[in-house]
Amino acid sequence: MTHTTLTYVDWLIMLLYFVFVLGIGFALKRYMKTSKDFFQAGRALPAWICGLAFISANLGAQEVIGMGASGAKYGIATSHFYWIGAIPAMIFVGIFMMPFYYGSKARSVPEFLRLRFDEKTRALNACSFAVMTVFSSGISMYAMARLIQTLHVFDYLFLSTGLPLGWIFHLSIVLSAIIVLGYIFLGGLTSAIYNEVLQFFLIIAGFLPLVLIGLKNVGGWNGLKASLPQGYMHSWQGMEHANTNPLGVEWFGLAMGLGFVLSFGYWCTDFLVIQTAMATDSQENARRVPLIAAIPKMFFPFLVILPGLLAIGAATPHITTVEHKDASGAIIRETSVPSEIEAQGKGLVPAKVDPITGKIVLDASGKPLLDYDLAIPSMLLHYFPTGILGLGLTALLASFMSGMAGNVTAFNTVWTYDLYQSYIKKGASDKHYLAMGRWATVGGILLSMATAYAATGFNNIMDTLQLVFSFVNAPLFATFLLGMFWKRATGNGAFVGLVSGTAAAVVHHGLTLPIEAAHTGIHGGWIAVVHHYPSDMAQNFWTAIWAFSTNFVVTIVVSLFGKPKPESELVGLVHSLTPKPEMGHVIWWKRPEALAVLLLVMVITLNVIFR
Amino acid sequence: MNLDLRIPMGLMFLLVGIILSAFGLATQGSAIYAKSLGYNANLDWGVVLLVFGGIMFLLGRSGQKKALGAPRKPADEGTVRRGH
Repeated sequence: MTHTTLTYVDWLIMLLYFVFVLGIGFALKRYMKTSKDFFQAGRALPAWICGLAFISANLGAQEVIGMGASGAKYGIATSHFYWIGAIPAMIFVGIFMMPFYYGSKARSVPEFLRLRFDEKTRALNACSFAVMTVFSSGISMYAMARLIQTLHVFDYLFLSTGLPLGWIFHLSIVLSAIIVLGYIFLGGLTSAIYNEVLQFFLIIAGFLPLVLIGLKNVGGWNGLKASLPQGYMHSWQGMEHANTNPLGVEWFGLAMGLGFVLSFGYWCTDFLVIQTAMATDSQENARRVPLIAAIPKMFFPFLVILPGLLAIGAATPHITTVEHKDASGAIIRETSVPSEIEAQGKGLVPAKVDPITGKIVLDASGKPLLDYDLAIPSMLLHYFPTGILGLGLTALLASFMSGMAGNVTAFNTVWTYDLYQSYIKKGASDKHYLAMGRWATVGGILLSMATAYAATGFNNIMDTLQLVFSFVNAPLFATFLLGMFWKRATGNGAFVGLVSGTAAAVVHHGLTLPIEAAHTGIHGGWIAVVHHYPSDMAQNFWTAIWAFSTNFVVTIVVSLFGKPKPESELVGLVHSLTPKPEMGHVIWWKRPEALAVLLLVMVITLNVIFR
Repeated sequence: MNLDLRIPMGLMFLLVGIILSAFGLATQGSAIYAKSLGYNANLDWGVVLLVFGGIMFLLGRSGQKKALGAPRKPADEGTVRRGH
């Protein structure tokens, strides 16, 4: 990749962002008087702020880099992760599940499981969740450090100060850790939410001009269509069979695996996103949060997937000469020669380089492999002049930090309330738990750093996260579904079901292998290969389907053999025993249900347009 | 919370907008804009952010004033109030 030198304007914008992020933390510090203020933002935030934070918490490495990468690799079909894999679940959690989360007065998702089921189900969920948040946050951190290193944007600064270039990775990790730690330590969940909203707008500010310039360059929408390979602009083409579409998964696996199990498992049960909705000031607003979030979420493909397509559609860099006149009127010719990595790539997506040998990686037929994760960063460096480049890079950094922050606040809450207060030190003062929350933040960040250094493996970050989610989250949704809508479900049923579900996921992964995987191991098949999937995405989706189904069946069977909780203890926790949210005072079009219907119509329209 | 988010957020975008548009003005016609297809991306986008930031800031200010002017409900010790 060509070395880019940042100028003082770029640094100034980056610095300004860091100052504001930490400044918000400092400004909020004086309001952090109780543990409720710190962990739950005092349950006093307006719905629109929580709504934007709801999607921003998920805007980590996975989204911006991963979705851009998938856009470049698979085309518009990537939008399934939004239109099928997010919106329906967000509507469901807002309309049907939020009344139980918010109304039960539980402070976290694991705590809800204790109220509905029992202590051991909560402990299991709290432990697995805590591990997962640290893992996700560490991956975000790792990805950011690697990206900064690959982009060479800090090289000049390091060379001019005489520091070794190898330290860029360490500096990125330490700096992001200090900043995220700083603002959460000071302002808790409120600070994380405020900064997530700030990051949300920053990502739009940084990426929208990129999309506009990129579109202009390829000749608008029609020019983009003409420049892309066949099928890139359609999301449903060839979905009847796994072998006839780029995702390598058929419509049933997609709808059940991604659209139902994975997506509902994530958006409806993951405390990372649920915590933002639970920070609002009323149940009515808590129900609105995921619905408000769904509006921008629906259009995010145009901001994060489209750049991937634009990167593939643009002309591959070649030797160019630009002529311009200087102040004295003399004609100056500047010739730019692309590096081999750029020239061997496709469009603006560079070829993949082996980090050890420094050589371009070739596939079996001798063609260079593409480094899709660099689709969006290459776009930024290609189209943005100094100045706005600083803004674009800041947006990228913001997206990584936003993903980390959400995980860290979810971790400190679950650790303090569900593990520390429940099993290590019961009955201490509120002040003690507030202090513990702060120190848990430090611990969470340190563990993330450890994970970041340990993280290696897949080349597509999103696949790694999907794998983790499919083990931990996929069986989980069956537990919540049965817990909230079947009063007969018991604690033993939930616990055994969860364990079996996760076990089923692990076993399924161990028994299957995607065709593209070179060897068994992290890609699957480590027990024995009994089935080959056309792609690792298909394998992930089916792992999730198996995990969910196993949990669902086992929970029902075990529950039928046990004694259910008395109905009086389940009021506010189970649908049939809870009075419907009172909405009589709200005019019909302001009710969450009206917004939900509008969202459904919008998402169906988008699917029809891009079928 | 007593801190209306729109105030610091508006302020940040206002400042970023000022920096970008000032830099854009100073570098008008420069060769750096060959990258952005001849558009002065700094000036154009800087003005957009400046306006966005300004509006956010003003909305936040008026929201905060309204919240402060509203009669305070008796609140428990440690209960936080929303600024907008």
